Amino acid sequence: MSTEYKPHPEDALSHVEEPATVYPVNPPTKSLDLLGWARSNLFGSIPNTILTLVALFLLVETLPPLINWAFISSVWSSATPDACRADGVGACWAVVQNKYRFILFGLYPYEEQWRPVVSTLLYIFAVAVSCNPRFWSRRLLVVWAVVVFGSGILMWGGILGLPYVENEKWGGLPLTLMLSVLGIALAFPLGILAALGRRSDLPVIRSVSVVYIELVRGVPLISVLFMASVMIPLFLPEGVTINKLLRAFIGIVLFTGAYIAEAVRGGLQALPRGQYEAADALGLGYWQKTRLIILPQAIRLVIPPLVNQFISMFKDTSLVFIVGLFDLLNTVKTALTDPLWRPYYVEAYVFTALIYFLFCYFMARYSQYLERHLNTGVRR
Amino acid sequence: MSDQASAKVHKPGDEAVIKLTNVNKWYGKFHVLKDINLTIRKGERVVVCGPSGSGKSTMIRCINRLEEHQAGSIVVNGTELTNDVKAIEAIRRDVGMVFQSFNLFPHLTVLENLILAPTWVKKVPRKEAIDTAMYYLGRVKIPDQASKYPGQLSGGQQQRVAIARSLCMKPDIMLFDEPTSALDPEMIKEVLDVMSELAQEGMTMVCVTHEMGFARSVADTVVFMADGSVVEKNTPHELFSNPQEERTKKFLSQIIQHH
Repeated sequence: MSTEYKPHPEDALSHVEEPATVYPVNPPTKSLDLLGWARSNLFGSIPNTILTLVALFLLVETLPPLINWAFISSVWSSATPDACRADGVGACWAVVQNKYRFILFGLYPYEEQWRPVVSTLLYIFAVAVSCNPRFWSRRLLVVWAVVVFGSGILMWGGILGLPYVENEKWGGLPLTLMLSVLGIALAFPLGILAALGRRSDLPVIRSVSVVYIELVRGVPLISVLFMASVMIPLFLPEGVTINKLLRAFIGIVLFTGAYIAEAVRGGLQALPRGQYEAADALGLGYWQKTRLIILPQAIRLVIPPLVNQFISMFKDTSLVFIVGLFDLLNTVKTALTDPLWRPYYVEAYVFTALIYFLFCYFMARYSQYLERHLNTGVRR
Repeated sequence: MSDQASAKVHKPGDEAVIKLTNVNKWYGKFHVLKDINLTIRKGERVVVCGPSGSGKSTMIRCINRLEEHQAGSIVVNGTELTNDVKAIEAIRRDVGMVFQSFNLFPHLTVLENLILAPTWVKKVPRKEAIDTAMYYLGRVKIPDQASKYPGQLSGGQQQRVAIARSLCMKPDIMLFDEPTSALDPEMIKEVLDVMSELAQEGMTMVCVTHEMGFARSVADTVVFMADGSVVEKNTPHELFSNPQEERTKKFLSQIIQHH
């Protein structure tokens, strides 16, 4: 390029045949060695260095004792708590070894506990299948019908040579899972209907939806459970009773449905009006429009708050202890009434917390996967 | 101007397919449509123009009842628009609409966008709907984009898909609500070309647009609206070269400065 070259304004675009600079093909790579990384990310500035040092100090202070307590000086297996009483002994996991059957299955007859195991596996299987978009079709309904029906037979028994077990004796993980999974399965459609109802043009439907959502949302779950357990029988004709489990279940579904309704309504409101208009202009009826155009987009938008609600509901099922049901948390509490093992309640609760965490973490990860999967077409 | 000659081979018939009689509409206290009287005949190509806020979009949206008029009557294909939902859905099946902002369904592929209404509303077998969809995608010159999502297309391509989506319902009437206003200049032509072709085949068209060149070469009738009223209605030649009303003259002088 000559040094006298002065770009003329009109030249700016046409000036392309200039002997080209050779541009590097790849973007410059950052050096990735550990020291360089640490220098720029951990010790980049004085506040950053201070934060790094504080964090390191906290880790050094807490991590080794924790590891020591949980893994190194812990007692993993023992038929009696004597081994745990010695000095310097850490976690007493023997409590889990001795009590896990009760924690997991509650009062369900000991010899019959294979039935809740199979039942739980059936539910986990159905959930796993439903989570895979490849299997999303009407046939899933058949899978669910078989699982719900099959696990019902297993749990109750009374036929096929299985001894009858009344549902007052159900408890632990199968109960928590059933309440959550079936609760979500019913609360989700209920919430969608309530959200649609709240935006309906028909005043009666709108008022019913608003009253339901605001009423249920305005009270704590505990009081909903109480009401379900105390008030539902009052509305029923004499002689008709609904059992405790079903009443608690209805309470949970009603409660969660109201929250889901508000999450879904958020998605409905976020959709541009043009989507409704385009569907209308093509002659789609209300339900076709809702099912094919509006809900698929609205629900996709609110996956994070929805999953949030599901996770919260999964944990809230532990409140059914209030009406005397033995969910996973209540069985731990009951197991710890044994004076021998009572001092090791921390370990028992850590065990239960791990079970809750596993399921909740799965839901959280699945939600992320789903967002990515469903966004394929929409992302620009 | 040879375009002009060929574009108007079809002569609109005498049968009225859209008839607005004393149509009035208010947004709150604001009187958007004032005593609109307009008859559109089968095969007629009508361009509605006018300054923004003149009610032209509202008027066209009343024809398929995306907006509700409050007084007067609108008769489309022999059916009057009332609160009868079934009648409205029937009219919407016969009246296609293209929007300024395309309004494709972003969660569906182009092909799915096209076959959705035919299969669900008209219960056309899926195979047949796909054939129709591919035919119209060919007509709007993007048959190779069928499996893409709307978000992956340019604005002009999206609008052509939107036109094809309406055509898949085999409508008698097409409404265009400022179809090129959201497009980059170089994409406007590709959309107008598709619309001109459609016009040449004798489709009844009502088009709100600022594209005066399109109006001149394609329209049988140009309707000029201002302040919620129809100010003047004439053939494009008459209206553009010999406007009768002051308001029309003022509007035309302002847009011609730039064209």
